[in-house]
Amino acid sequence: MANAHTCEAPTANLQQVATGDRAILPAGAKTIPIYVMGKKYEVPETLTIMKAMEYAGFTFLRGCGCRGGICGACPTVYRKEGDYKLHFGLACQTVVEPNMYLAQLPFYPANRAVYDIEKIEPTPEAIHALYPELFRCVACNSCSKACPMGVEVLDYISALKQGDIAKAAKLSFDCIQCGLCASRCMGELPQYHIAQLARRMYGKFIMPRAEHMQKRAAEIDSGKYDALLDQLSGMSKDELEKLYKEREREPDMAAQGTWMPQDKQYL
Amino acid sequence: MGYTADMKELIKRVEATRPERVAMARRGENYPALSLEEREQVLNQYHPDYQKEGRRPLRVGPNKGEVFPDEVARMLESASMLKADKVDLCRVDFDTDVLIIGGGGAGTAAALMASQAGAKVIISTKLRHGDANTMMAEGGIQGATQECDSPFYHYLDTIGGGHFTNQPDLVAALSHDAPLSIAWLEELGMMFNKSPDGRLDARHFGGSSRKRMHSAGDMTGAEIMRVLRDETRNRRDQISILEFCPAVELLLDEAGKCAGAVLYNMETREFFIGRAKAVIIATGGFGRLHIKGFATTNHYGATMDGVILAYRAGVGHNFLYSTQYHPTGVAYPEQNVGLLITEKVRGLGAHVLNIDGEQFCFPLEPRDVESAELIKEATEKKKGIITPTGRLGLWLDSPMIDLLHGEGTVRRELPAKFIQFDRHGIDISKEPMLVYPTLHYQNGGIAINAKSETAIPGLFASGEVVGGIHGENRLMGNSLQDIITFGRRSGVAAAEYVSNGVQLGPLTLKHVTRFEQELRDAGVDHPMVAPILLPEYATDEVSSRRLMDSKMENE
Repeated sequence: MANAHTCEAPTANLQQVATGDRAILPAGAKTIPIYVMGKKYEVPETLTIMKAMEYAGFTFLRGCGCRGGICGACPTVYRKEGDYKLHFGLACQTVVEPNMYLAQLPFYPANRAVYDIEKIEPTPEAIHALYPELFRCVACNSCSKACPMGVEVLDYISALKQGDIAKAAKLSFDCIQCGLCASRCMGELPQYHIAQLARRMYGKFIMPRAEHMQKRAAEIDSGKYDALLDQLSGMSKDELEKLYKEREREPDMAAQGTWMPQDKQYL
Repeated sequence: MGYTADMKELIKRVEATRPERVAMARRGENYPALSLEEREQVLNQYHPDYQKEGRRPLRVGPNKGEVFPDEVARMLESASMLKADKVDLCRVDFDTDVLIIGGGGAGTAAALMASQAGAKVIISTKLRHGDANTMMAEGGIQGATQECDSPFYHYLDTIGGGHFTNQPDLVAALSHDAPLSIAWLEELGMMFNKSPDGRLDARHFGGSSRKRMHSAGDMTGAEIMRVLRDETRNRRDQISILEFCPAVELLLDEAGKCAGAVLYNMETREFFIGRAKAVIIATGGFGRLHIKGFATTNHYGATMDGVILAYRAGVGHNFLYSTQYHPTGVAYPEQNVGLLITEKVRGLGAHVLNIDGEQFCFPLEPRDVESAELIKEATEKKKGIITPTGRLGLWLDSPMIDLLHGEGTVRRELPAKFIQFDRHGIDISKEPMLVYPTLHYQNGGIAINAKSETAIPGLFASGEVVGGIHGENRLMGNSLQDIITFGRRSGVAAAEYVSNGVQLGPLTLKHVTRFEQELRDAGVDHPMVAPILLPEYATDEVSSRRLMDSKMENE
């Protein structure tokens, strides 16, 4: 006997509104085919790779972090049909294109040297000793081509080979440590770990220290503000409101360290 | 890609009204701001925090009777992933001095301080080490380092910004430690923006009396997180990291001290018993609960886990009813949805407009009021724009800025925003932006004192998961300071507690059994299972085909 189950026509498509991060396909919107690890899914155009995969039903455990292009959790490699070139991007920032073949690369192994920041000498030689593979770089520039943040990876690696820690620190500042550079490296360098070491050396030993802050820290440690803070903590809302309204505002255009308030008793 | 053809048609309406609006702005005329009474009215009716609907009193636990958003209340009235009486607590898998739950800024700062004091530390974290809201904070970190400033003024600005609701001892701790925290970060090798003589760059922000905002490019939080994480990796002998391994329940000993947590390897679906002499909860906020369906600026794992665990163990919370919404989050393009558009855009004169290109509010109301007005226009008046992915938005007329201040102002004053939109084919100096309020920050959380101690001996908490520092409203730059100040304090306090000698008795999950009994007694039927660990973004279509899920739900 034939199956007696009857199928109802789908109800009319009500005006849907996306909530949170869940995307919907409004009536009339177009879908395009993408291939996730070789398998075809139809997803709405204009979505990012990340949201398109969620639309298709994937739930991320790995390969998803801040969803805002800064944490480096979702590096993705892809090729487009009929195009030999390999492309790189963050899944949360890259918009899907028809017939893209993609795979996520949520983790890539890279050696990291352990060091003691208090004892290390801030010299190029110290970096070379921890990362001798630096000199295996053949300057092919695959690292820079793979960087989803547009960091000139090869340039900072070259700067370190030449001993310029400050230059490497500044050039690598936008690095999000996703590892795509390391995944493409012929010389098998862990570029982003080397850059991290260079930046910390630069921040700790090479950049001038903030003397005004050291002075303030010493004042705090001496207990200078303890009584004032105790006093504030014990105040009524009215007393606080009065003080709050009486605050002088540092002028916007005053050069830093030049302006002082009339009332100096709370400094 | 840029705007769709339909959206470009709508933009013509914005362009049609623009010359007159620019002329108005040139004459110094504004759309009238609301009176205090009108403000209260719009907040009461449309601000998600003030709405009666979608909120209800809690039926169980230390905060029983207080009113919270449904999404938060459901989490607090939830059942455990575990059958508490079936867990073998004699088989201890990890044993340590300090267990830190959460690997963001606060947890990592705590780990460094605790290990410095000689404690063995395990950081157990849900995603990768460093996947946290800390990483996403762009603006900066507050600290009264300048000569014209002092902790006194940091205190006043902070408590005034919080409408004088903040917990005083926590504000005192924050303003006291802030310069010390920044000095510590400098000592670890963080690259702050400085002038050639080493003076820290400092800027004003909403509610400041002194320039107190220090930064590292426009990725201050990412720089903090990178440096802290790198340092823990140098201390492998003292700090172990368990990634993709969240805590799903706290463990107590029979005397009621905190004694560790049940950890869950999300990749192998195994549970482990982690015994610790002290525990620090540093799991961050709740943005990914998408309260009332709002998009969020938060990272993927912000699902309120720590507050839930603590609540079952009997630790209450403060200000958890209060959520910070930022009025102008991106509504289009889709890849930027929820991300912030700085208040500076409106400060430079851009109007907020509806689908007809009309103004409907003063653009520089306080954040909560401005958010409420946008919500009212889109939902009540139905004058919002609907994007191709079904989102609501309103126009922010950025092209006005160049017209008012001269060609090139947008590119000069808003370089990051310009690039962010240009990447997706939208020139914000020529085309308006589409915006909608976005869920930004969990103002409240676990109740602590200035030493980061909770009501349970051996249990500490720090970071966005705690409440009281900011009261009902947080100032810019105080969240990064809060995670470092209280992260450090919790690490120091936990290590000190351990070094004073802790004798743990047999482990127990009886608090979970008791809490679940309380749920039944209060008539909470079919409680959800929490922490949820990850948000669910499957479409209805996909969910309806997940036949096994519905079978399991029915069982």
